[in-house]
Amino acid sequence: MTRDKYRRPAPAPAGSRLTTSAMIASLAGPDQRTRPAPFGHALAELARERTDIVGVTADLAKYTDLHIFAQAHPERFFQMGMAEQVMISAAAGLAREGFTPFATTYAVFASRRAYDFIAMAIAEENLDVKVVCALPGLTTGYGPSHQATEDIAIFRGMPNLTIIDPCDAHEIEQAVPAIAAHRGPVYMRLLRGNVPLCLDEYGYRFELGKAQLIRDGQDALIVSSGFMTMRALEAAEALRADKLEVGVLHVPTIKPLDEAAILREAGRTGRMVIVAENHSIVGGLGEAVAGLLMRSDVRPAAFRQIALPDMFLDAGALPTLHDRYGISTEAMTRRVRDWLGERAAAAT
Amino acid sequence: MAGPQPGLPASGQDEQTPPDGAGPPGGAGHNVPLHERAYRIRRNALRMGEVQGQGYIAQALGVADVLAVSYFHAMRYRPEEPEWEGRDRFLLSIGHYAIALYAALIEAGILPEDEIETYGTDDSRLPMSGMASYTPGMEITGGSLGQGLGIAVGMCLGLKCKRSGSFVYCLFSDGECDEGSVWEAAMSAGSWKLDNLVGIVDVNNMQADGPSTAVLNFEPLGAKFEAFGWHVERVDGNDLEALVAAFDRARRLAEPKPRIVICDTRMGKGVPFLEARERNHFLRVEPEEWSRAREALDAGRLA
Repeated sequence: MTRDKYRRPAPAPAGSRLTTSAMIASLAGPDQRTRPAPFGHALAELARERTDIVGVTADLAKYTDLHIFAQAHPERFFQMGMAEQVMISAAAGLAREGFTPFATTYAVFASRRAYDFIAMAIAEENLDVKVVCALPGLTTGYGPSHQATEDIAIFRGMPNLTIIDPCDAHEIEQAVPAIAAHRGPVYMRLLRGNVPLCLDEYGYRFELGKAQLIRDGQDALIVSSGFMTMRALEAAEALRADKLEVGVLHVPTIKPLDEAAILREAGRTGRMVIVAENHSIVGGLGEAVAGLLMRSDVRPAAFRQIALPDMFLDAGALPTLHDRYGISTEAMTRRVRDWLGERAAAAT
Repeated sequence: MAGPQPGLPASGQDEQTPPDGAGPPGGAGHNVPLHERAYRIRRNALRMGEVQGQGYIAQALGVADVLAVSYFHAMRYRPEEPEWEGRDRFLLSIGHYAIALYAALIEAGILPEDEIETYGTDDSRLPMSGMASYTPGMEITGGSLGQGLGIAVGMCLGLKCKRSGSFVYCLFSDGECDEGSVWEAAMSAGSWKLDNLVGIVDVNNMQADGPSTAVLNFEPLGAKFEAFGWHVERVDGNDLEALVAAFDRARRLAEPKPRIVICDTRMGKGVPFLEARERNHFLRVEPEEWSRAREALDAGRLA
């Protein structure tokens, strides 16, 4: 086969470049507060009372923080090997026998490889299986094989499935008992390792299915999920220097959407609505919110999306890539400032 | 098509009649012995690991002998023309072994040596996981394990349709055999009697969560492939003579069946203090250890 060209030209003589952050990269900045393995610790803790909870993984216990659970409850941990399909089928089998499995792998493998198995063995039967996946969206610089840029787009089409995208360690800890208590299948996007702490400062409590206004502002409303809420809060703070007041509505439950909260906040007159997500611009929270607003005849002053482009992304260092694709705090701040500036200029 | 067609042409004629323009295997320096090739592959890999301060270096050191025999004994290709139609194809299903394959591609003259400094950096042609769209000589995008062998099946079928005598070599790993798709491909290759396919399995008995036999017992691996209709060779993957013999038998076999060379390798091979380190999927090497590793490798270099 002949290709027109490779993605990259042969390199120019070496300069100083960032090295990649490889498979595992922390989202935390140098001075940021973090907590280690919040999912693993929360699940191990919960499983002391909930004896029905079991853990299964596809050769990624250490990389999804499930090893914490495995160490605490070895008799309830099943290493299924690097075999996502049978892991999901087996989780369905365990659920049929009355257990509540937490199944972990990377988001690419659950969404791209195991989809049919999740659909038919779990979702169609509305079984209590929680699929918890690391490396959602662009959280590794390793390249498209591990960047789950479209996992929400894939899973949003699955009936019965609840989808959540927590922001930080604080929220993950609270989400674990909440999804365990929920009847039915859940897909959770997982941040693992040393996970940033952010929402505890706002007195935030996670509620499954609820969007919450973390910060108010009259000029624009950022609707966001996952760690993009942390970045939206940072951007909103930065934009105060421009005399811009930006609100942040955190939507950790992507499906089912908290339609009432979104319509209430997006319906306030005069505000631009910007949906920010660590996901492809296709099929994620942005399109979900846009569809809801259109269906409901709610028309914000303007509607914009901050999301990953519809393409297979580059490999490289995570900070480089977040900047390149517009989801770093700085890139986001610039774009929101520009959008609001353009609107102000057009209005005069 | 209604299932396997016994009428597909057999391959392997090229043993007698090399295609026009096929040079001897390998790039620069026709008389370089294989142990020197393997040494240089290891050294290239160590230099790349040093650039990044990390990498799947233990796997690269382990598989270097297998790559030396593949690129400097078994396969036919043109270094200056990596997409030459008559080449044997080498598919790297295990994308994280890219550091090892780049090291071999550099030694083969397919990639320039000065790109070592760019390994894994932003905008490099040598990303940490091997991708066809980035790197000359990288035939497929690996990294989502369990896909390479199926692609190999399709390429073998395509080569047969084209009446090509080229072989497809596909490198995958013991842990990868956990994936059901490997066995779909294995059954397919056996059913199609793909005698132009040479599978290579790197068995180092280590995967992400621990020793492969403990994570999900894949043994007896040879008997499994045999049962799927394959010709099986199993060798010490760090014994160059044994590898050469096994690759030769695999290529020259007259029987119309796919062939597999199962290679038991030692992670970190060639650098004794890394060989001795507690085994881990992603081996940590401290910044000051890279130069020590190079020295240790140099010390073991055969004259």
